[in-house]
Amino acid sequence: MEKVIEVEGLYAKYDDRDVLCDVCFSALKGEITVILGGSGSGKTTILRHLLGLLPVTRGQVWVLGKEISSLPEKEMEEMYHQMGVFYQNGALLTSMTVAENVAMPLVHQSNLPRQLIDDIVIMKLGLVNLKEAYGLYPSQLSGGMLKRVALARAIAMDPPLLFCDEPGAGLDPLSLKSLDNLILNLRDQLGISIVLVTHEISSILRVADRVVFLNKGQVAFEGPLKEALSSDIPEVREFFSVTESVGNMPPGGHGR
Amino acid sequence: MNWESSPVQFWRISDNFRTGHQIHFMQSSGSTKTIKVLETGHTRCRLNDNTLFISGSLKVDDAGDFSRAALRALRTLKLPQLTVNLEELDDIDSAGVTALLYLQRKIADRIPRIEFEGANKNVKNKIELFGSDTHIEEKPAREFEITEAVGGSTYSFVTSYLYGFIVLAADVLYWAVADLFKTKTTREGDFVRQSVHIGVNAAFIIIIMSFAIGFVMAVQSSQYLREFGADIFIVDLIVIAVMSQMGPLIAGVLVAGRSGSSIAAEIATMRVTAEIDALKTMGLDPVRYVVVPKLYASLFTIPLLIILSNVAGITGGASAAYYSLDISPEIFISRMDAIMQNKDLVTAFIKSQVYAVIIVLTGSFYGFRVEKGAEGVGRVTTQSVVVSISLVILADSLMAVIFY
Ligand SMILES: Nc1ncnc2c1ncn2[C@@H]1O[C@H](COP(=O)(O)OP(=O)(O)OP(=O)(O)O)[C@@H](O)[C@H]1O
Ligand SMILES: [Mg+2]
Repeated sequence: MEKVIEVEGLYAKYDDRDVLCDVCFSALKGEITVILGGSGSGKTTILRHLLGLLPVTRGQVWVLGKEISSLPEKEMEEMYHQMGVFYQNGALLTSMTVAENVAMPLVHQSNLPRQLIDDIVIMKLGLVNLKEAYGLYPSQLSGGMLKRVALARAIAMDPPLLFCDEPGAGLDPLSLKSLDNLILNLRDQLGISIVLVTHEISSILRVADRVVFLNKGQVAFEGPLKEALSSDIPEVREFFSVTESVGNMPPGGHGR
Repeated sequence: MNWESSPVQFWRISDNFRTGHQIHFMQSSGSTKTIKVLETGHTRCRLNDNTLFISGSLKVDDAGDFSRAALRALRTLKLPQLTVNLEELDDIDSAGVTALLYLQRKIADRIPRIEFEGANKNVKNKIELFGSDTHIEEKPAREFEITEAVGGSTYSFVTSYLYGFIVLAADVLYWAVADLFKTKTTREGDFVRQSVHIGVNAAFIIIIMSFAIGFVMAVQSSQYLREFGADIFIVDLIVIAVMSQMGPLIAGVLVAGRSGSSIAAEIATMRVTAEIDALKTMGLDPVRYVVVPKLYASLFTIPLLIILSNVAGITGGASAAYYSLDISPEIFISRMDAIMQNKDLVTAFIKSQVYAVIIVLTGSFYGFRVEKGAEGVGRVTTQSVVVSISLVILADSLMAVIFY
């Protein structure tokens, strides 16, 4: 299957602190790849490299078949047309209404008439169940609502490649479930390839095709969800057994 | 049905959708039947009797041209029913679905019934996924204010930052010139909003400060002037001091403190919350999108603020002259006429432009430099205020030397 993302031997440091060490993994087209790992293990840092927001100093990163670090600015911009990004804390522009935020990629990356953009915005807000927030400002929304607006913005252009950094954190179980369904729909109906960073085990079991397990800046495990569940790598076992002891989701039977 | 051999009304829209959409008309009407053919990018349509065939793909890059062109083509049509045949449509996305629904709504008064038929599974799924109602009642929303903080600290500027500063300056000035007459790169109404933010809110405090300083200056010097019997020279003193130095400087320093800090805080916050990243991945240049409108607004408002400041300062001085030296406003004004120079206005304008550039560049430079967290925002804001006030004063002295 075609690889939409391939990372090879990626190292990263902030100041003098090593954050990523020899990270290798890939994500396949039309699949949901979940990156998981403890807080501070470097997940957001990886995403920022994939998006070309941090320069690759050592190693290689291919996105949609192109080597990110050597891409001229012009092509990088083209690339951004193909990607939707959900940032960890939403990153909505606070000086604009929800509707203006969601409209932004459409206004700047397409030539759609205003009226049509408004319709798309309302539709996308409908997909995340937030039409009522249309004219509000981000500061008037709750944390969970912000996340959903940010997701609506990320999928405004129906990008073939979607990055989500912990979209589920802080959502109630029902919203979380509908978020998962939306993500599955995006994959199944639109064929979008999704890179998802999340800690929510229930989400992982519901949506993941492939799992990349990060531990202290290194990839401890990479492979299909089924294999992850039966893996005997200690950290991975421990992570999934936490849920087992909670008892509401026996992991064994939930591989997709 | 061989539709190509029928008389055809032909619409063609250039593929290059980003650089404008020219619509060429080629018409050859003849006998009985007219078939309209429409091509936009990857989308092709033809209208045959009561059926609109759509083929190719209808995605975000084509949806805009499609909806414009289709509306044009269907503008004059009046039918009881229209069938939209999607058999040959390979692919669609949410923008495409919205375009179809939009079209449906726009022509509903002339063509009340519209049916979609023959969509393949893929297209059907997407229409179902995205085809929810796109209507909503709008609620008006309130505007928000940004709070700002001012602090004090000294800071060494020249060495390590110069390079970054020059790069930013080059970037900002380049885009400021390049975007002068473009609107799509910035947000609608941003210029007005920024001007209000920088100008209107600062006007009040500038008026009060300049008035007070003009007043005090006149009161204090009046004593000495009276001793020498040179009462009337109070006018010269005030007008020259205010017009050439105090007025512009007070406006510059206050705007540097007020707006310089708010620019730094705003940009730093945007960086810390990844809004700047989000702009980049939405294909927008943050410098161009965030900084340039602020520069335009400052270039426009600071001259006006300087005028206000001058007027307030002279008014303050004139009132003091009236109370302490009995110089009536009429005398004051006629004397003022004699000593005012056009040169003062020109230098004031040049100063205003220099201040604007300094304030915006310093604020955004420090804003972009923020490291992590809320604490970082506070720190760069403080640094930015100190540096931009110092630079404004330095520039003022420098220009005083140059212009005299
Ligand atoms: N801008 C920065 N400057 C310095 N250190 C940073 C910066 N951003 C991240 N780090 C450090 O890099 C490491 C990895 O951070 P990262 O944000 O990638 O973690 P994460 O896996 O996304 O964590 P979380 O699940 O909490 O979001 C952390 O130790 C963090 O302290
Ligand atoms: Mg993170």
